[in-house]
Amino acid sequence: MLNAVGTPVVEARDVTVAIGGRPVLRGNNLIIREGEFVALMGANGSGKSTLVRALTGLLPLTQGSVLLFGTPLSDFKARHRIGFVPQRGTATGGVPASVREVVSSGRLTRRGLLRPAGRADRAAIDDALEVVGLTDKAGEGISTLSGGQQQRVLIARALAGEPDLFFLDEPAAGVDLPSQLALADALRILSDRGASVVLVAHELGPLEPLVDRAVVMREGRIGYDGPPLSHQDIHGHHHPASTVHDHVPHVGSPFDTLSPTARDGVR
Amino acid sequence: MSLTELVDLLSRDFMQRALLAALLTGLAAPAIGTFLVQRRLALLGDGIGHVAVTGVALGLLTGTSPTWTAVAVAILGAVLIEVIREQGHTNGDVALALLFYGGLAGGVLITGLAGAGAASLQVYLFGSVTSISASEVWYTAGLAVVVLTLTLGLLPQLFAVASDPEFAKVAGLQVRTYNLLVAVLAAVSVTVAMRTVGLLLVSALMVVPVATSQQLARSFRSTLLAAMVLGGVAAVGGLVVSAWLSARATVAPGPSIVLLALAMFAATWPVGVLLRRRRRLAEPFPILATDSPAEHEIAGHTEGQHSHEHGDDCGHPAVPHGDHVDYVHDGHRHAPHGEHYDEH
Repeated sequence: MLNAVGTPVVEARDVTVAIGGRPVLRGNNLIIREGEFVALMGANGSGKSTLVRALTGLLPLTQGSVLLFGTPLSDFKARHRIGFVPQRGTATGGVPASVREVVSSGRLTRRGLLRPAGRADRAAIDDALEVVGLTDKAGEGISTLSGGQQQRVLIARALAGEPDLFFLDEPAAGVDLPSQLALADALRILSDRGASVVLVAHELGPLEPLVDRAVVMREGRIGYDGPPLSHQDIHGHHHPASTVHDHVPHVGSPFDTLSPTARDGVR
Repeated sequence: MSLTELVDLLSRDFMQRALLAALLTGLAAPAIGTFLVQRRLALLGDGIGHVAVTGVALGLLTGTSPTWTAVAVAILGAVLIEVIREQGHTNGDVALALLFYGGLAGGVLITGLAGAGAASLQVYLFGSVTSISASEVWYTAGLAVVVLTLTLGLLPQLFAVASDPEFAKVAGLQVRTYNLLVAVLAAVSVTVAMRTVGLLLVSALMVVPVATSQQLARSFRSTLLAAMVLGGVAAVGGLVVSAWLSARATVAPGPSIVLLALAMFAATWPVGVLLRRRRRLAEPFPILATDSPAEHEIAGHTEGQHSHEHGDDCGHPAVPHGDHVDYVHDGHRHAPHGEHYDEH
């Protein structure tokens, strides 16, 4: 749309998904081109997470087709080209795991079976940890980290496979502001490296300047696809809030209204 | 029993075989148990153990080696449990319970049909490692080596699948195959441990060493390796303890192995609590980069000049300003903000 010249990395046509017989996505078409930073937005239950899960092959399509890098999803083997960051809460299991171990598992897309990690693997893992700013936490247990730090570990895990296309499901949900800023920095580095990013978000916050296209879902359909909307456009109420405070006490008269815009108009 | 008598007992052939079988079981069971604990399926081993009782009974009925029928039925049961679990119905654990009890009841019934009686089942339910034959030691060793090779060799893949199946699926790993592999390996470990600690206590050897090692370990790999060491120590130690006490009373090796493993957990748990507490206390408060006080200018007056609080009748001109009121004071406006005044 904004970047109509790039090669499409995701081509979704007529994507329909039904869960338990109830349609959750209805006939959505979406093309994402190389290098785009797309925010999938919408209210809870609008189908934005479901769309990402359908695009990554986690949910079977009831109808339609998805092409990743020009290959149908069912035949798509170049898994190292996509990085997936699921919603937080799946980071900890019953056994302690170190940050480095979790990030290393993101490298498996480029490592063969029964082959020990090579120098390139270790370098990619170190780099991923550095991008999210958790190099000094590499040996810590993941359950001892804060929610925002755990989210950054999951991003580093996706990063370790050096993918070209990222899917992030609500990375900023329930994350404190410092971590959101660190998250925005990490995503900016990714975007600058030329990766395409598909980000599911309820609200953008510090990620807003990165987004160059917004797709807004509503009741399982794409309702808007275009330049990013401000918070005001989506949730704002219709009478504009006055941001200018009138500091100068002055006398109002029948010919002189008190509103600052009207006064500016007179000048 | 004196020390020389104990050494003499331990050097007997049957005791050597028992020690070897116990060591291999102690190493293999916690290795696969770590993945079960990671996936919060700590009781899966117990369930497979119950199903394996039917396998043993089928062996007794048909006259074949109960070890092999137990392996076959346990693998079948484990795969069935995994399939039921994967379908993800809300009453999945109820379905598992049905399978457990079906396995146990079926086992006892079939043993009765075989005319063997509960006593012959006892050997498998609670273990009798000292009566293990040379060929059984070889089976045990072979199966234990298979379990250890696969778990340690596929450790990165199994860890990825166990800790986050959705991510693993997107990363192109065959999640279902790996989950079935873990279930099958768990079934094999159960039958390996059957002769050592018995089917009813087998899950303890898979779970308790893991629970002990995760008190101290920070990473998955160190948890797994420490659990293997603890499991080996508990199995061999428990066997030696039961041999040592055998002069005075009938002490079965199975329960003493499990109780030794539990004693290790009891000893480590306070250390783990202390370590976690210290780690929490050492954690620094996060540095907040935003909301610095420099964003608003604070009026630089000495206390004396503000001998009163601004208000309706303080004599300073009041100017409405957004949601608050400014007071004109020496040519500038003051807005009350907590204990100081901001310049507006």
